[in-house]
Amino acid sequence: MTPALDVQNLSKTFGGGTSFFGKAQPAVHAVRSTSFQVLKGETLGIVGESGCGKSTLARMLVGLLPPSEGKIVIKGQDLSGMVGNAAAFGRVIQYVFQDPISSLNPRKTVRQIMEAPLIHLMGMDAAARKARIDELFDAVNLRREFLDRYPHEFSGGQAQRIGIARALAASPQIIVLDEPVSALDVSVQAQVLNLLDELRTAFDLTYLFISHDLAVVEAVSDRIAVLYFGAVVEVGMADEVFANPRHPYTQLLASSAPAVGRPLMPATDGSAELPDPFNPPPGCAFADRCIRVQKECRGTVPQLGHDGLEHQSACFHPIENGRRER
Amino acid sequence: MNMEALKSALALLFRNRLAGFGAVVLSVVVLVVLAAPLLPIHHPDLTNPANRLLRPFSTNHLLGTDHLGRDLLSRLIWGTRLSLVVGISASIIAAAVGAFIGIVAGFFGGRTDNLIMRGVDMLMAFPYILLALAIVAVLGPGLINALYAVAVVNIPFFARNIRGVTVGIAHREFVDAARLSGMGSWRIIWSEILPNVLPVIVIAISTTVGWMILETAGLSFLGLGSQPPQADLGSMLGEGRKLLINAPHASVVPGVMIFVIVMSVNLLGDGVRDALDPRLRSGALARPAPVTRIDRETVPEKIESNALLDVQNLHTHFEVGERVYKAAGGVDLRVDPGECLGIIGESGSGKSVTALSLLGLVASPPGVIKAGSVRLDGKDLLSTNFETLRSIRGSRISYIFQDPLATLHPLYTIGDQMIEAIRCHRPVSKKEAMTKAIQLLEKVQIPNPKARIGSYPHEMSGGMRQRVGIAMALANEPEIIIADEPTTALDVTVQAQILALLSDLRRQRDLALIFITHDFGVVAQLCDRVAVMYAGKIVEVGPTEEILAHPAHPYTMRLIDCVPELGGGKRKLSAIAGLPPAVDRLPDGCAFAPRCDRAEEDCRLGTLATTPAGTSRSVRCLHPSLEQI
Repeated sequence: MTPALDVQNLSKTFGGGTSFFGKAQPAVHAVRSTSFQVLKGETLGIVGESGCGKSTLARMLVGLLPPSEGKIVIKGQDLSGMVGNAAAFGRVIQYVFQDPISSLNPRKTVRQIMEAPLIHLMGMDAAARKARIDELFDAVNLRREFLDRYPHEFSGGQAQRIGIARALAASPQIIVLDEPVSALDVSVQAQVLNLLDELRTAFDLTYLFISHDLAVVEAVSDRIAVLYFGAVVEVGMADEVFANPRHPYTQLLASSAPAVGRPLMPATDGSAELPDPFNPPPGCAFADRCIRVQKECRGTVPQLGHDGLEHQSACFHPIENGRRER
Repeated sequence: MNMEALKSALALLFRNRLAGFGAVVLSVVVLVVLAAPLLPIHHPDLTNPANRLLRPFSTNHLLGTDHLGRDLLSRLIWGTRLSLVVGISASIIAAAVGAFIGIVAGFFGGRTDNLIMRGVDMLMAFPYILLALAIVAVLGPGLINALYAVAVVNIPFFARNIRGVTVGIAHREFVDAARLSGMGSWRIIWSEILPNVLPVIVIAISTTVGWMILETAGLSFLGLGSQPPQADLGSMLGEGRKLLINAPHASVVPGVMIFVIVMSVNLLGDGVRDALDPRLRSGALARPAPVTRIDRETVPEKIESNALLDVQNLHTHFEVGERVYKAAGGVDLRVDPGECLGIIGESGSGKSVTALSLLGLVASPPGVIKAGSVRLDGKDLLSTNFETLRSIRGSRISYIFQDPLATLHPLYTIGDQMIEAIRCHRPVSKKEAMTKAIQLLEKVQIPNPKARIGSYPHEMSGGMRQRVGIAMALANEPEIIIADEPTTALDVTVQAQILALLSDLRRQRDLALIFITHDFGVVAQLCDRVAVMYAGKIVEVGPTEEILAHPAHPYTMRLIDCVPELGGGKRKLSAIAGLPPAVDRLPDGCAFAPRCDRAEEDCRLGTLATTPAGTSRSVRCLHPSLEQI
């Protein structure tokens, strides 16, 4: 089965190169060589903390940011050379933004916002656009009278529905959801998540669900990839990754998530921080925070296996049978 | 802009008296000069040497005549007409070209931006009058060339202004969304960027038109603008200058007109800027009072208890125009010494407003405390004077806020800020305060505190900054710390550390902690008791474990269900249909009734009181789930 999305050795470096006078400029490796596959119809969750490169990755996948290296293959076609040609990306892969209000132009009506992809990506005439917009608004459970209002008149949950309807407009196969509910209240969050789930079945979609909220990711994903310092450190089935983590970082994440009935972790000192992105360590990026660290961890970067579909971790000393203490 | 927005903008404009005055004066001037061809005045260029240099108020010549006997009133009106046309045209040309350059530079960024802006910088490096002179020298004197010169000289001002605004807008998410909708760069500039930049362009024009009229007059004054016999204000002034001693009126008359025009344009321009600026519109420039305005009819009677902090029936409203937002609509809270009380609720439920009201920190206007009492050790804080309240803020009760980057001052080192916080409440030397600050940083487990104390807030990570925030809250050994979502902006691993730190500190020091959050997991791990807020009221309060295990209020029950917990696998989440009510038009009865599946007729009537449920709990519900209690 060909995957809906095949990401091969994708990386992004900001800065670098030489200055006008030939001096080498500092470079930040926001995403280090990353490969993964997303199967048709599945939801791949991507979790990671701030600075792990999840937004950079997402922006590359939808063609908003040119990758430094690597390939983005969608339905067998390599799109990584077409960055800037948003139309090439827009028809197959779309994006739902974190902040629902600021992703809508405050000076346009909702109808004008909804029409943009239909005109520029689909080339529809006025009648076809109207029909399509009505259909989309029904799909996301919004009333049609909202179409002539301006974005500031909506609550966060309603605005996010508009954002989702816009992403659906061009009938893409894949949608990248970049923290789609983290700006919403919990009672509204569940409404949007359930809507997304219904839409996935109804429109036969494949999702990449990016979030920092482990519990939400686990609840919506089939498989989960854990990102740390610009690279995937663990990938596996959703019910396995946090329940039975292999990488020490995943274990730290899982045990840090506040949960009813679990005592607080002992307070440690605050030295546990990400490595300096300008000077990444030669070995594993997590080595300084890791309790299982050994000599080889500091010398070479551990790699993830090639077949990204099984439960794998980029660690020399993965936790065996590491049932998370509950 | 639709009619309503236009109306409110005009109302704002005329609220500024000076701007209204400017608008009236300018309208009169504009009406008169527009009517120039219809007015019964002499031809402006008609010479009559016999009547030269007549004084003002002569018969037939109201403002007198100039050295060639031309009627000054007529020349003034026609000249003003010309000066206004030239000044406004120059502004529009400069704004159009400048805005185009600015938008292109700001939108495309990188090398394009660099090249364009360095060119603009070079243009700015010349003194403007020299540049204008050079342009006129090349093109030859004449009013049109003077217009071009003034426009060119002012392009950099617009370009720089608009570029700055565009850079901010070009990185907004809706621009990315437009790209994904298949729009090209130029179309995005036209339909996404320009409408958002337009108000700034209008503001910039309104504040520069006066200046442009002056500059055009300056060039004409030097003889490089309008050529004889054509009159504009600058050339009239230039001609009058030679006769300043003998016939001062020939230069005073155009001079006064220039003053009137520029003054009225500038007053109006300032008004326009204020009316269009969204920050000013929301009343951000209204200086808040140091204490929230308190407008209580009665003070609730004191209830004897051993509580450290006792809040009764607290009502905090925001009065914005006609609307009254009841952010806190009758909050009762009790915190015992050394206890951790969690306040949980969604955004807009009033939890932050409640916390800020305790020490009168809600901005006034628009905030008003309408009723209730806040008793610390039995003494009502809302009845004390400002000095007493100020001495309690940060010493007996201190706050930790959500975003330490926003609450720490970016220009001072954290050491300076901590020393200030300490010396504010205690008469100690700087050195002693410094030692204390280092101890505090050690307490919050910041590695290498001696070196870190000289850091600026931006040099620290979010977790480190929040540790500094906690250290500052501890600085004066408070009895109560109010923590308003202190970990919401942090990563989970950092959040776990901060929570553990707070928990340890409060046990070591026997601190009472009011912890505001929207996360049940955090509440469960940290708090002894929890209060659930909805639409400005506490709907349920009691020991954390009991409430989480057996919630009595339907809202608590449903809210707990909404929060996914790690370890549940892929599943459908339960949601609460509908939205929380707007607090400016709350329904009668229970605010949750419209979303509640247990609601009955009586839920929608009157006001609901809290009822005790079990020994240590209370719930504001007519049909609570009480089986387990």
